[in-house]
Amino acid sequence: MGNSTFGRITVHLSVLMLVVIWSLPTVGILVSSFRDKAQISSSGWWTAPFRSSRNARHVPPSLDGQKLIDGKWVIEGRIFPEGSQSIVEGFAATGKKLDSDEKAEIGETALLRKGISVSVQSDGAYRLTSESEITRARDARFVYRANEPPIFTLDNYKRVLTRDGIGQAFLNSAVVTIPATFIPILIAAFAAYALAWMRYPGRALITATIVGLLVVPLQLSLIPLLSLYNDIGNVFGIDAKSYWGIWMAHTGFGLPLAIYLLRNYMAGLPGEIMESARIDGATHFQIFYKIVLPLSLPALASFAIFQFLWVWNDLLVAKVFLGDGETKTVLTSALKDLLGTRGGDWEILATSAFITIVVPLTVFLSLQRYFVRGLLAGSVKGG
Amino acid sequence: MELFGLSQAAWGQIGFASISIVAGIVVCIGYFWGANVVLDKALPSDVTGNEINIHNEHRRSAIRPWLFLFPALLFLGLFLFYPLVMTVINSFMDKNSEAFVGLENWSFVFSQAAFWEAVFNNLMWIIVVPAACTFLGLVIAVMADRIWWGTFAKTLIFLPMAISFVGASVIWKFIYEFQSGETQIGLLNAVVQLFGGDPTSYIDMPFWNNFFLMIILIWIQTGFAMVILSAALRGIPEETIEAATLDGANGFQIFWKIMVPQIMGTVMVVWTTITILVLKVFDIVFTMTDGQWDTQVLANYMFFWLVRGDHDGYSSVVALTIMIAVLPIMIWNIRQASQDKGTG
Repeated sequence: MGNSTFGRITVHLSVLMLVVIWSLPTVGILVSSFRDKAQISSSGWWTAPFRSSRNARHVPPSLDGQKLIDGKWVIEGRIFPEGSQSIVEGFAATGKKLDSDEKAEIGETALLRKGISVSVQSDGAYRLTSESEITRARDARFVYRANEPPIFTLDNYKRVLTRDGIGQAFLNSAVVTIPATFIPILIAAFAAYALAWMRYPGRALITATIVGLLVVPLQLSLIPLLSLYNDIGNVFGIDAKSYWGIWMAHTGFGLPLAIYLLRNYMAGLPGEIMESARIDGATHFQIFYKIVLPLSLPALASFAIFQFLWVWNDLLVAKVFLGDGETKTVLTSALKDLLGTRGGDWEILATSAFITIVVPLTVFLSLQRYFVRGLLAGSVKGG
Repeated sequence: MELFGLSQAAWGQIGFASISIVAGIVVCIGYFWGANVVLDKALPSDVTGNEINIHNEHRRSAIRPWLFLFPALLFLGLFLFYPLVMTVINSFMDKNSEAFVGLENWSFVFSQAAFWEAVFNNLMWIIVVPAACTFLGLVIAVMADRIWWGTFAKTLIFLPMAISFVGASVIWKFIYEFQSGETQIGLLNAVVQLFGGDPTSYIDMPFWNNFFLMIILIWIQTGFAMVILSAALRGIPEETIEAATLDGANGFQIFWKIMVPQIMGTVMVVWTTITILVLKVFDIVFTMTDGQWDTQVLANYMFFWLVRGDHDGYSSVVALTIMIAVLPIMIWNIRQASQDKGTG
């Protein structure tokens, strides 16, 4: 605060700090989604651009190259592929700790089981030696600590889009969201016009009731609607949990806000235009789609973004009215399930999370102006 | 058969979706357009006799508003009004809403420790989250208006608003991640380590874990508070601030004594709007803990009785509890918002 240089710098630094705190969580997910699986679990994502160390195990791929040299059986091999920039920092027999004195340094020799010993060079070249012939590769396994260059990959995306069902869930989310965004707009626009510009008894009462319905928490509607859906499903022998069901549910839940926003906006349009159109013989229907609808585009856009974000990000309504299944599970639900089944696999979770948020983020960033306008006009809706 | 990496089933679904989208929109437009045509045909104006013409026109203009309103009223009635009434009734009915049981559900739910745990936690959420969001939002709004990259800063603070609660939960779970051993890949534990502390697991740490969940909602909602308050701040007349500056007021005095009082109405609207959201918080708790380790909240408790507990009566009682808590705040909020805009 204040106008002193010190004050200005304080403001800059404070805002910078807040912005960094606010952005870091999302950046973490984004960075991690491109990192190698093993590196994610062995080093923090903030170290992604740098070399990192991790522990790993090596088993000789085959015993074919075993040779008898000076009375000893020897296998030579490499841990890393040719041209790799990885470096071995230490090694030991399986079961020993690599971050303690138990590990062998480069150039030393570590004793494995059955009289086999190993020495490893920093470039990953190793030499196994034994008094007797090595018969099983697993007897010659050892652990090492490798210092690797950063690995960035698209494998995580390929994997979750195909194997973990995120690609399918993405499609399901789109199928839920698009109609659930457009249908309420159309219905609300007509109702809003009727509430703003037509004269009939009971108009004030209906307006008040619709605004009043803004208070009904979503949770309250779930139980009776679920029973109703089940009854309808039983009577007609159809699946109670269908896309039509969830579209209608989202339409119903989105309508109060849509009507409220659009009515307020339409009521603010200049009455003279409509008056003169009516004198020229235009019907309400013509006035609506030729004059009011085009003029209301900003408000329609505001609500469309709201509804789109709300439906795309929704978990509760989808869980209750659509349920689970290959062609039903939406992104939020799939991500929630992965968190349960893939608790610690951050390469899968981070990538899935980023795929889940990328569409709303894009919509939001490109149409932020309309979103803010809608927020300012309808800040009464509590989610 | 695969095309562009999508299976046949996926293509079938895209086809189904496209047809459904078109069908839905055609049905909607067809209704509104068709109903109008039918009305004009049924009560024509071009009949002989002026009296009938005028009579028909009157009847048309009496009916037409209801054609416009009908779908909206149908949906509102079916998806909000009917469930509201039914939930009240169900709260006095048994497990499957078949027999009347009086106040049994209410006394059962009110005797459950988990219910009171949820009430207690919801209260903590109500105290912490709206206050934190409003305060941070206000501070950022004021500061960002004073710097040249303020719009950019505000966009970044605002961004989490677009992220789902589930997505945000995963994002923050990664921040809170705890691994046994030296290496910590969770940012929070890494910072704790940096300052010489011992890494811990935050999600299953009773009582305090509630606050770690709240941070997620604060992260999402601060942008909302900031945007609304930023607009309100712009509405403050420059003269009041200039006058105070001339009188020798410093930055903090201007903020607390000149700016805040003038936007108090908006502050309260923001505060109450977030309070209502907090009362309904579900996804974050469901995703992070599902109410384990003393983190239960009402909306998640309701979902428990709806799905796993499979008891409509108990579930309805919890839903109504949320409604009763939300109602007074919501009414106040709508009144306040209408007054602010002068629309009555």
